[in-house]
Amino acid sequence: MSRSAGTLTRADLAETINRKLGFSRAESLALVESILAHMCDSLKDGENVKISGFGSFVLRDKKERVGRNPKTGVEVPITPRRVMTFRASQTLRDRIADGS
Amino acid sequence: MIRSELLQKLAQDNPELRAQEVEQVVDIFFEEIAQRLAEGGRIELRGFGAFSTREREARTGRNPRTGEAVDVPAKRVPYFKPGKEMRNALNPD
Repeated sequence: MSRSAGTLTRADLAETINRKLGFSRAESLALVESILAHMCDSLKDGENVKISGFGSFVLRDKKERVGRNPKTGVEVPITPRRVMTFRASQTLRDRIADGS
Repeated sequence: MIRSELLQKLAQDNPELRAQEVEQVVDIFFEEIAQRLAEGGRIELRGFGAFSTREREARTGRNPRTGEAVDVPAKRVPYFKPGKEMRNALNPD
């Protein structure tokens, strides 16, 4: 049972680990944080993260381009930057498309 | 980093866990997220990012090879927005 109706959080993931595997709540939460920390570290080091059956977190380097402040219409340069995208695996795409 | 490397790192951090337990933890982590997405729900992992789904309307596409028109039905697709801390971490200075 999730605590916040629509949105799944770290706490919900930890609760499921606690319930299914019997680790303490604190241990379960630490494991969730640890998974996220390792993924963050890899991405920060410029390495993509690929989880088979789930999807890939892929880094892309964007060149500088001209943007515009939508409120004032003033042109401002958008500095080159690295962005992270998520590409869901075909399995996950199929599950989402047909709601199972 | 691939799944097996993540398992290795978690095992190193948690020497008290059996390999099978590490695997179950990682399976539950990604399966819970996948399940919620399949239900059309949202997952918010502060600092990392948020997963959700978007509806795509039906459209008429074309087979790029033959130019033939094909009906693409309406569907739900995954969407991910990186968190602010993640975005900043990728762009130091």
